[in-house]
Amino acid sequence: MTQLSNTALEHLRRIADQPDLSATRYEMIELLGRGGMGSVYLVRDRELDRLVALKVLVTGGATPDLVDRLVAEARILASLEHPGIVPVHDVGTTAESLPFYTMKLVRGKRLDRHVTAGISMAERIRITGQICDAVAFAHARNVLHRDLKPTNIMIGPFGEVLVMDWGLARLHRTADDGPQGGSNGTSAVVGTPGFMAPEQSGGDEALVDERADVYGIGGILRFLLAGTEASRPLRAIAERAMALRPAERYPTVASLAGDIDRYLSNLPVSAYQETLVEKARRLVTRHRLPLGLIVAYLLMRLLLLVLARG
Amino acid sequence: MTSSSSRFPETHLSVVEAIRSGEPDVRRRAFDTLVRAYWKPVYKYLRLRWRVAPENAEDLTQEFFARAFEKEQLERYDAGVARFRTFLRLCVDRLAQNEYKAASRLKRGGEENMISLDFAGIEQELVHGDTNAGADGTHTFDAEWVRGIFELAIERVRAECITLGRASAFAMFERYDIRGPDVQDRVTYGELAAEFEVSQSQVTNYLALVRRRLRHHLLAILRETTVTEAEFRAEIREILDR
Repeated sequence: MTQLSNTALEHLRRIADQPDLSATRYEMIELLGRGGMGSVYLVRDRELDRLVALKVLVTGGATPDLVDRLVAEARILASLEHPGIVPVHDVGTTAESLPFYTMKLVRGKRLDRHVTAGISMAERIRITGQICDAVAFAHARNVLHRDLKPTNIMIGPFGEVLVMDWGLARLHRTADDGPQGGSNGTSAVVGTPGFMAPEQSGGDEALVDERADVYGIGGILRFLLAGTEASRPLRAIAERAMALRPAERYPTVASLAGDIDRYLSNLPVSAYQETLVEKARRLVTRHRLPLGLIVAYLLMRLLLLVLARG
Repeated sequence: MTSSSSRFPETHLSVVEAIRSGEPDVRRRAFDTLVRAYWKPVYKYLRLRWRVAPENAEDLTQEFFARAFEKEQLERYDAGVARFRTFLRLCVDRLAQNEYKAASRLKRGGEENMISLDFAGIEQELVHGDTNAGADGTHTFDAEWVRGIFELAIERVRAECITLGRASAFAMFERYDIRGPDVQDRVTYGELAAEFEVSQSQVTNYLALVRRRLRHHLLAILRETTVTEAEFRAEIREILDR
């Protein structure tokens, strides 16, 4: 009988874990990453001769619930055409009946790794704003992400921001839905501690709405501001987004994005009550150019006055 | 080797159920699978966890499987309580404890061993090989179980390839995926193509084919050596997760 060394065994474990794509148009290249539900592989689409990313349930993980979730994820992604959401190309099943879908290959860095390169405060705020855009777009189509966190955000080579991993996403029940509408009915707690809203960790689906995603974005903003000299209004925005009670958070992602825009425009933000000194400083900063011109004009007049008297 | 044959193995009689069977052939095949999958973990576990001397470990390993072949032993197994692998390890513990308690144990030298196992080879593995020795021996048992399942699957793939006239495909797999990872200058696809006088794309196709069959047989063995669907899925992750 063959005797396997540890090195050979590890190699064989790796290749044995790869899904059987022989019945598909895709050719396996390598593993890109693994999550709790599925693995993402770099594959070549033989028909179109291009590289794409293929997400498939992990071997042994194809429980009916997870199969449904992966298919739901593909459908939800396909319904969301937005520059901040990775497009789906194809769905199918492997020779072993494992469901998979392929999507655009995103070459970039995860947000948690991107920040270690030392990015500016303006870049941190821009990223948060772009996340808000993508998530607000999804909310407009009644889709909740429910697992927003830095590891689910990709920064592309040209600075594009992509919200990834919609595996926990579900349709949000609206007033138009009947009693069966919206929720996928699961009562299992899904999400990531630290970025998951309290009502979500409670497991009561009926209480989870778009404010749970507001909480997640707040968590990402807090992560981006950690260890920086962020201003009080900016920190207040993150704190309000992460308020324990949903009613105390921004009611929508759009309103959170609005406060970020106001901050960037040196306008007062709803999350922070500024002091008179802070208000004066902000006004000076905001109107720096006209104030500078006025001061320059007054100085010139003063100089002319002095010269005329001399 | 069609694509449909590589689907997940369908549920069929597990080893536990097959050994309880009244059909001698069914029982013998199940017993063979059980021995091939578990004899190395059992022997190494006895040697490393229980510090049993080589000759006694050989006897105890033989005795362990002889008892396993008795229906009563496996009838105690309850899939709702523990995985089959855990149950077997606890059986080994019990056997070793009894051995330890028996101060003057009858020498088994005169008894006829019913199975032929390569104990000399496994001792070499313990001395020179890659045995994973853990503090409590549990890790040894589990790690050697993974190794045993892979070695058994490889043997099945080898037999299948030979039967189907694809011995060269298996030879390439052996060179690239079994021996390859251990050598510093790993053989390339181009070198394999030259050696077997085929194109590089044929090399990659053959390798992909044998790898798929390896995966298929791994899953089939796991299906045979587990009882419930949940246990089967849990053991898949145990085998494949690193």
